[in-house]
Amino acid sequence: MTMATDSPRDGFRLSMLIYDSRYRALTIQLFVLALFIAVIWWLGSNLQNNLAEKGRPLSFDFLWSRAGYDIAQTLIPYTNDSTHFRAMLVGLVNTLVLAFFGCIFATIIGVIVGVLRLSKNWLIARLMTIYVEIFRNIPLLLWILLIFVPLGEMTPGPNAFRLTDEMVASGTLPAASMLFGETVAITNRGTYIPGFLFDRGFESGWLTTLVILAVILGSLFVHFTLTARARRVQEDTGVRPTTWWKSLAVLFLPLAALLWAMGFHLDIPQPPTRFNFEGGVLLQNAFVAMLVALSLYTGAFIAEIVRAGILAVSRGQTEAAYALGLRPNRTMRLVVLPQALRVIIPPLISQFLNLTKNTSLGIAASYADLRGTLGGVTLNQTGREVEAMLLMMLIYLSISLSISALMNVYNRSVQLKER
Amino acid sequence: MKKSVFFGALAATTLVAGLAGAATLDEVKARGELLCGSNTGLTGFGAPDASGNWAGFDVDLCRAVAAAVLGDPTKVRFVPLTGDIRFTALQSGEVDLLVRNSTWTFSRDSELALDFVAVNYYDGQGFMVRKDLGVSSAKELDGATVCIQSGTTTELNLADFFKQNNITYQPVNVADDTEAQRQYVAGACDAYTTDVSGLAASRATLPDAENHVILPEIISKEPLGPVVRHGDNNWADIVRWTYYALLIAEEKGITQANVNEVATSTTDEEIRRLLGVSGDMGVKIGLQNESFKNAILAVGNYGEIFARNIGEGTSINLARGLNALWTQGGLQYAPPFR
Repeated sequence: MTMATDSPRDGFRLSMLIYDSRYRALTIQLFVLALFIAVIWWLGSNLQNNLAEKGRPLSFDFLWSRAGYDIAQTLIPYTNDSTHFRAMLVGLVNTLVLAFFGCIFATIIGVIVGVLRLSKNWLIARLMTIYVEIFRNIPLLLWILLIFVPLGEMTPGPNAFRLTDEMVASGTLPAASMLFGETVAITNRGTYIPGFLFDRGFESGWLTTLVILAVILGSLFVHFTLTARARRVQEDTGVRPTTWWKSLAVLFLPLAALLWAMGFHLDIPQPPTRFNFEGGVLLQNAFVAMLVALSLYTGAFIAEIVRAGILAVSRGQTEAAYALGLRPNRTMRLVVLPQALRVIIPPLISQFLNLTKNTSLGIAASYADLRGTLGGVTLNQTGREVEAMLLMMLIYLSISLSISALMNVYNRSVQLKER
Repeated sequence: MKKSVFFGALAATTLVAGLAGAATLDEVKARGELLCGSNTGLTGFGAPDASGNWAGFDVDLCRAVAAAVLGDPTKVRFVPLTGDIRFTALQSGEVDLLVRNSTWTFSRDSELALDFVAVNYYDGQGFMVRKDLGVSSAKELDGATVCIQSGTTTELNLADFFKQNNITYQPVNVADDTEAQRQYVAGACDAYTTDVSGLAASRATLPDAENHVILPEIISKEPLGPVVRHGDNNWADIVRWTYYALLIAEEKGITQANVNEVATSTTDEEIRRLLGVSGDMGVKIGLQNESFKNAILAVGNYGEIFARNIGEGTSINLARGLNALWTQGGLQYAPPFR
């Protein structure tokens, strides 16, 4: 007797698409897909028709015309003669820089606060709880304004740092003074920090940066080879060769030699003779406020994720580590955190994505991000709202998907490997 | 946020809704209310006063149109719009009319599919600085930080001016006038640039107005005027001729106080046509014959509007200058009403 009944072998009839359970699911899915495509197509054609009827058909030609406006923070070369496309890139770079540093600082804050919130020290744990609850529960926009406005209102203007001849004669000092050995000035426009200058560097700054990066990467590679070999030797013989001085030398000597060869020195900002500081690097208040607000706000969420991740590691793991004689510090670093990472990474990706998307609030602090250039000035000067909006959505989508992809690769590397 | 929601709504409406085909005049009449795009708050031109009533030079033009179309100058809803959403709001039909010190330029007229129907204020861009900065000319602003309202023609003029004079500046692009003024007052920028009328209005609201000066350079032409959507010619005519009616009224000496008396006593045929005593000029563009009389009755003639809101003696204290009638050496000139 056979248990399985063979399906009838007669030919395929059209009605089977609905009545045969083998095909029904597929039919329904295809039908819904067709419906979905039709709706999207209808929306798209409707948009195109309406715009055409208004005499403004969809066109991206505006990207190649002269922008004509200036941008406060340009990290890639840009003048008002550049194209709107270039202005968009400037904004994109500003967005990415803000998101990059924001993610780093938010992670650092989040990990520290998340661990400290589980501290046995009552005061520290409660303080961290207060931080988390305050930042998590107040809208980000308010935090941005709350940090940006005082930065501009309560700090001295650049002219307050000026020392005039009359002041020298009468023996008075400027109203404001620079910090850290006269190298850093916090003003109502931004914070001036020392820049890097090379007397004998390469023609282009990019090449200089690339060479320095190459040397650092090379040093790191040698360092990792050294430690890897040390680990092999330790596993073979049980004795770990001393590597710290070799590593130190490999990491710092080539870089120092390179910097010396290129005539490296600091470009210290000089108090203004007219309007603004000369030399140095200006971190605009808009950038500082955005960075601080984003880091603190997202940091609070990450802290909760880290705490949840740590609590997810069974208590037995910690007890086992203690039983082996590991101190609390090393238990956290070597036993708990690596296992917690598996729980932490997926929600952390969402927080990175949130932070990146939240950079578009930059307009509140007059920060020239993608939303400020492409979605702000360009959109207004050209009147291409729909095009600019579509383009911006596409760019934010690409950034988010790239971050997701990168983080997913990392996530797979920390996941439990089942063999 | 406000803006993104707005754009989202715009995108959604353009996606889903068909183009509103009805004539603006019929829509306004059916609604019984004129939607007028207005400044978010520029004293003298368009700002709510202490009791929440909108007042100002631009606001009065909206009231004149409402009086002409609906017979009642109070039947206006003012929609405050920032510099960077004003044209979108007009295009998408959110307002019927935009009177918000907007500069008439080629690309706005053509590419943005808008129609500037008249120039109610001839302006130019200037700079305001603190007196103690010791600057007497805009050409001395080399290296200065300048606050500009984003999405305006001033942003482009500024870049051109500094380039022509071979000097540099650090821009701070701010979302609206109020924020630009806040940053200027806080000292986050050395100079604040916008149309001179706007600078005068801003300066008037500063507690220490005497410590701020408007530099002598006028770096651009800024003809400001009412804007309507492209394509509805009848509505454009209504707004244009309501404005010209106010100009003709000043030229002919008709004021808010004497308009009724002039209407009964005058023998000037042009005035009789304007005030609807003879002919059917109003009916020809879909209004009543006495529509323009109503407009003058509601807000007075152009000169009265100017004097009441921004003229000499007010806190804004602007001279008529280019905005005097052509008979008095200015540029304000209305075509004949016949």
